[in-house]
Amino acid sequence: MLEISSVQAGYDRTTVLHGVTVSVPKDAVATVLGHNGAGKSTLLRVAMGLLKPKKGAVLLGGEDITRLAPHQRVARGMAYVPQGQQSFPHLTTAENLRLVADGRPDGKEATAEALDLFPVLRELSGRRAGLLSGGQRQQLAIARALITRPRLLLLDEPTEGIQPSVVAEIEETILALTRRGGLSVLLVEQHVGFAMRAAQQYYVLEAGRVTSSGEGGTGAEPTVRAALSV
Amino acid sequence: MTVVLNQSFTGISIGAVLLLIALGLTLTFGQMGVINMAHGEFIMAGAYTTYVLQKSISSAGVSLLVALPLAFLVAGAMGALLEWLLIRRLYTRPLDTLLVTWGVSLMLQQLARDVFGAPNVQTAAPDILTGNISAGSVTFANNRLFILGLALLCVLGLTLILRFTPLGRRIRAVVQNRDLAEVSGIATGQVDRITFFIGSGLAGVAGVALTLVGPIGPTMGTNYIVDAFLVVVVGGIGQLKGAVITAFALGVLQSVLEYSTTVSVAKVVVLVAIVAFLQWRPQGLYTLRTRSLA
Ligand SMILES: Nc1ncnc2c1ncn2[C@@H]1O[C@H](COP(=O)(O)OP(=O)(O)OP(=O)(O)O)[C@@H](O)[C@H]1O
Ligand SMILES: [Mg+2]
Repeated sequence: MLEISSVQAGYDRTTVLHGVTVSVPKDAVATVLGHNGAGKSTLLRVAMGLLKPKKGAVLLGGEDITRLAPHQRVARGMAYVPQGQQSFPHLTTAENLRLVADGRPDGKEATAEALDLFPVLRELSGRRAGLLSGGQRQQLAIARALITRPRLLLLDEPTEGIQPSVVAEIEETILALTRRGGLSVLLVEQHVGFAMRAAQQYYVLEAGRVTSSGEGGTGAEPTVRAALSV
Repeated sequence: MTVVLNQSFTGISIGAVLLLIALGLTLTFGQMGVINMAHGEFIMAGAYTTYVLQKSISSAGVSLLVALPLAFLVAGAMGALLEWLLIRRLYTRPLDTLLVTWGVSLMLQQLARDVFGAPNVQTAAPDILTGNISAGSVTFANNRLFILGLALLCVLGLTLILRFTPLGRRIRAVVQNRDLAEVSGIATGQVDRITFFIGSGLAGVAGVALTLVGPIGPTMGTNYIVDAFLVVVVGGIGQLKGAVITAFALGVLQSVLEYSTTVSVAKVVVLVAIVAFLQWRPQGLYTLRTRSLA
């Protein structure tokens, strides 16, 4: 579904990614693990088009999308939940969702489906997103991404800084979504346990290079933990 | 008492003019953060649109009514073109934006001189707007009432668009988090252009209104542009209601002071009051508050 091949990228004069190749098979979950500052978010920004790579290419379903703007990638079926529970703070919860549903023929049903996944958002519909708790805002962010009915979802640390009970809920939802089929996911995670449970494919990123990769599943967890601890 | 009422009405009508010229800036400057020095020339374009129309439509009333939407389109198109040609390349460079649009402002003034001549021109107001309405001992000039109504109508229209339409949601979303809007599937560049179109179009409407109270000339925009920026800054960046309150407050303050002193003293006092206010509240009258800035 997604091929990130030999990507070199960074900010101004600093290079963060030194030739990274990551691929997400169709209807599967690939996870990227690594320490703070390894370049995980940078990799997702390149995949989404917020950052143009200096070298390398990004392919979606075989099509070279390296030069497309982010909104054009959304139109081709990509969705992205950035790190840090981002929202449009002065729009209400409902407006945050309508914004994405506007102009989509299936917008209403897609919104209803997303709200079914996160029922708490229904009670918060009139509240400004900036006033929501971190966990609520993250649920809103995932719901907003799902309204576009993506075939590829990029998730950047979806459970970072969120209280355990909500973490479990978000993890369950993500697992359920990926099992339903029709959706490929590129998941950046710090929680190795959850990441390996969700993923069919893993990559360990260290200082902008893939240092270890292989098949996912809980069986591979010790290998990954060892790779991360060096 | 009569004097107070009459002066207050004068103040409110000055405020209405201020509000009309500042309204477009609440979008281009307030929402998008662009200091567009050519905004005044979009006002001028609206005024000359009225002038040109009146040459071909004999009824002053009809030409005024046609001028309002036409000036909106003319000034709006100029704004969208400016955004597309220059401003969008300079979004991260405010100083360059200021200098470049200042240059454009001077070029547009020269263009107006070449096309319409340097001396000021005048349009005839429709008969219905030349009279007065008296209520007791208080007199309301019809043209001033018309401008007040127009200003309020524009505020209402803009508020409704921003609050309740898909376009309004997009404009607000792009302002609040551009990258997030883009990755949510919104063509942010296109939204910028439309925002600029509406903001500049409103300057054109202001230009039409100004033909009712003064002459039309190549530099008419520059006379108003500073006041317009002041209204937006004092009102609080990105805040429509702040601009509304500020425009009327400044208008009333100005007219009351003009009554008790002279026009230039009044101007100075208003400016000092603004500076003092901004020392006390640099963020302006209203600011947006949230739990986080994410
Ligand atoms: N906008 C930016 N400008 C300059 N440098 C940046 C920028 N964003 C990130 N960096 C740098 O790039 C490197 C990789 O950052 P990135 O956010 O991709 O790391 P990460 O793996 O996502 O870390 P974390 O686990 O903390 O989220 C870091 O050294 C960071 O300081
Ligand atoms: Mg990160």
